[in-house]
Amino acid sequence: MSFKHTLRAATAMSLITATSAFAQDTTITIATVNNGDMIRMQGYTDQFTADTGIGVEWVTLEENVLRQRVTTDITTNGGQFDIMTIGMYETPIWGANGWLVALDDLSADYDVDDILPAMAGGLSHDGTLYAAPFYGESSMIMYRTDLMEAAGMEMPDAPTWEFIADAAAAMTDRDAEINGICLRGKAGWGEGGAFITAMSNSFGARWFDEGWNAQFDTEQWANTLNFFKTMMDASGPAGYATNGFNENLSLFNQGKCGMWIDATVAASFVTGDDSTVADSVGFALAPDTGLGKRSNWLWAWALGIPAGTAQEAEAKQFIEWATSKDYIELVAENEGWANVPPGARTSLYENPNYQEVPFAQMTLDSILSADPNDSTVDPSPYVGVQFAAIPEFAGIATEVSQEFSAAYAGQQTVEEALAKAQAITDEAMEAAGYK
Amino acid sequence: MARAVTSRRKLINTTAAWAVGLLIFFPILWTILTSFKTEGQAIASPPIFLGFDWTLENYKTVMERSNYARFLWNSIIIAGLSTIIGLIVAVPAAWSMAFVPSRRTKDILLWMLSTKMLPAVGVLYPIYLLFIKMGLLDSRAGLVVVMMLINLPIIVWMLYTYFREIPGEILEAARMDGATLKEEVLYILTPMAIPGIASTMLLNFILAWNEAFWTLNLTAVNAAPLTAFIASYSSPEGLFFAKLSAASTMAIAPILILGWFSQKQLVRGLTFGAVK
Amino acid sequence: MATKASRSAARLMMAPAVILLLGWMLVPLIMTLWFSFRTYLPLRGGDQGWTGFDNYVRFVTSSSFWPAVQTTLIIVLSVLIITVVLGVLLAMLLDQPMWGQGVVRILVIAPFFVMPTVSALVWKNMFMDPVNGLFAHLWRFFGADPVSWLSDAAMPSVIMIVSWQWLPFATLILLTAIQSLDGEQLEAAEMDGAPKLKQFWFIILPHLGRAITIVILIQTIFLLAVFAEIFVTTGGAFGTRTLSYLIFQRVLESQNIGLGSAGGVYAIILANIVAIFLMRIVGKNLDN
Repeated sequence: MSFKHTLRAATAMSLITATSAFAQDTTITIATVNNGDMIRMQGYTDQFTADTGIGVEWVTLEENVLRQRVTTDITTNGGQFDIMTIGMYETPIWGANGWLVALDDLSADYDVDDILPAMAGGLSHDGTLYAAPFYGESSMIMYRTDLMEAAGMEMPDAPTWEFIADAAAAMTDRDAEINGICLRGKAGWGEGGAFITAMSNSFGARWFDEGWNAQFDTEQWANTLNFFKTMMDASGPAGYATNGFNENLSLFNQGKCGMWIDATVAASFVTGDDSTVADSVGFALAPDTGLGKRSNWLWAWALGIPAGTAQEAEAKQFIEWATSKDYIELVAENEGWANVPPGARTSLYENPNYQEVPFAQMTLDSILSADPNDSTVDPSPYVGVQFAAIPEFAGIATEVSQEFSAAYAGQQTVEEALAKAQAITDEAMEAAGYK
Repeated sequence: MARAVTSRRKLINTTAAWAVGLLIFFPILWTILTSFKTEGQAIASPPIFLGFDWTLENYKTVMERSNYARFLWNSIIIAGLSTIIGLIVAVPAAWSMAFVPSRRTKDILLWMLSTKMLPAVGVLYPIYLLFIKMGLLDSRAGLVVVMMLINLPIIVWMLYTYFREIPGEILEAARMDGATLKEEVLYILTPMAIPGIASTMLLNFILAWNEAFWTLNLTAVNAAPLTAFIASYSSPEGLFFAKLSAASTMAIAPILILGWFSQKQLVRGLTFGAVK
Repeated sequence: MATKASRSAARLMMAPAVILLLGWMLVPLIMTLWFSFRTYLPLRGGDQGWTGFDNYVRFVTSSSFWPAVQTTLIIVLSVLIITVVLGVLLAMLLDQPMWGQGVVRILVIAPFFVMPTVSALVWKNMFMDPVNGLFAHLWRFFGADPVSWLSDAAMPSVIMIVSWQWLPFATLILLTAIQSLDGEQLEAAEMDGAPKLKQFWFIILPHLGRAITIVILIQTIFLLAVFAEIFVTTGGAFGTRTLSYLIFQRVLESQNIGLGSAGGVYAIILANIVAIFLMRIVGKNLDN
């Protein structure tokens, strides 16, 4: 306590000598998503305040509400937040519109070049970084080593979809409530939409051709969807059409899934305290079909500063703190290396302590194998792996994924779903003036 | 009720009513129970009803993570003030509609109700832009005004129906005795309408408390009520049923307790003039 | 009886409410109308000028429009029927003499106090989840396969959740009405040996007419705008996309304010058609 006091006093003194106008009671407002790593960050904010004298107000919202909230605010220049938590989808679009403060003058200590190139690339527009990654993720296979062994199979480091379907069938035991494979089928562009898009990349499909024509009438998309549905009907859990990240996580943690292909950050959950299968989880790269692209995505939750905020300097200070190497050290010291925010910095993966974490290497390999600028087998005009970074995408993909989910649930055929997806996409692209 | 009731019949009634009542209440009860479980127990299979290790851990976590007091206070202020201001505006309007009706009265009433049908999301951008211009974003004042306007038609209508039940002869008698308009409203009308006004207040307080579109979209920190508090506990990555249940219980408990104490009022008053 | 003076006084007293509501209605309405004739894409440089009736045509010719209207009407109608029928039965039950009437009454009213978001979250996660939900456990207990409520029976599930929230309201109003029923009338009927069903049909139900009208009117207003329940449970998938949800998708997910505003205008028109329709059918009940 007394140490804190001295520290605060010292900071205050140095600030007063530096600029007398600097108010001690400045407060910045941060909108963020209610995921575990962010909640943990909130717990450490007191230290930031003690160090800098800058107070922090948190607006923590669930993902869908957050998106709605920050998008409304940034497009209308509402000025409610000094820092917004946004993803790889929003950052380049907002950056291009000039709505975000460029993060091109970060301090030398911060070591901006240490940010994983894939992450920095996805959070930039025209080579300028507009948001700093707090944590990054790709997707990979998490599987039950015990069930795999019982099925008499062995997971390669980089399996094919064929293998996954066979393994899923072999591991499925309906009487014991074990589903061979759990995947996202839930409607929403960030849920099932993200999964199926990433999967379609490995089947050689793409959203748009180079003339921005929707591609759902192609064989590749039909193959993707048919493969997914056939496999899930045979080996997936009941009601998979409504399962998203959380639903699958709790299934896996309860030992009801043989395999689960999802975000790499899930690795720390399935090996954590809430998991009943923590001791028997293995990891592998997301599957492919031999066409040269794997079915893993790339995503980062990042902190960006809306242009026009009155507290730009303070906001930058916070971002430098929250996404720094020191912050990672701080979390590691208090909660162990498995709980640090992953996927943002190269140095983390070079740290011998972190290399001991069982999923560290596979996470890095997955991240490195995803390239937002070249995600499809055939050339495409868009940037992004599991999304296309154009403003219309979120709306279109949500509706498209709703049609897909209806097909998974058996309410329409795969062909009908694809035909509707084609119509929805073309209609929206026309409305947006692409044609 | 002069009907003779055998105790057997009463027993059957009691059993049936309790069964139905508990069935309807069960989701809330289950939420409250879940809030005392650990995350693991919350999704245990088969589900555990009472035989779990009761823990206050979830409440502790929620209290540490969120400034519950501020959310609660904002909810109280916004729901309370918007109801009171709404009443101040609505009482005279309802009075004049009930006692000095014209041919237009019914049309005006229906028009007022129809303003409630404008879909909220359709006007989000206009209202948001307006709020920016007026500097009302994330202010309690702004939300009080919006909540008041949203519920005003319901308030006017409820009061109108109560007032119409008050026999005109009494007012006429008072007027004969030389009562002024002010005295008429203050000493005769208001006392007779108190149950009605009370239940109007209650209903509007509940509606404003539960409103989750404007309260979420027009606030950030300073004015954020309990609906925003809930939004920070729903569907994060990871297990969340128990913590969500604790947050939900904390969000609905105040209004549930209020409802408990005022249910007689509510039952007596919620007639909308339906009794006749 | 009304003198000229009291008439003008009455106008004066009505003025604040009318002016406020007029403002609340007109300002957003005019802005919505204005936007609906413009190409307004916030993520693509904002307001890009006049576009005539393009947005209106596009919204109404979209393949999602008519299904959305239909879904809206189905939800409104189903919830009305369920809450009114169950409400009448429940009100009659609660009107009977019993032990602990006050407690039962609060149990029945309680769902009305729960925020729509919370109730949707609770139903979705703790009851309707096909693996961990209580329904799934119940189904398995009886040896049946659990139902995937929110995909295979999405509409019934949404309707059930909304009905659960509104049943207390209907019950409350109907209960108050029943309590005012003249006991002697029923007694006389009983003496005459009229069967229970006849008593219900010819005495109780007509007495409840006005209360039912009010339940229908108030609930319709709120049900046309049902949103949180769908946002939380299905996100508009599996045929649960209502008109207000479609507008939400256009405005916030697709970020097309012009198109969404045109949808808003259609929603207002639909609401007014429903309102006029309602008035024709039930309005007379309000007059006596």
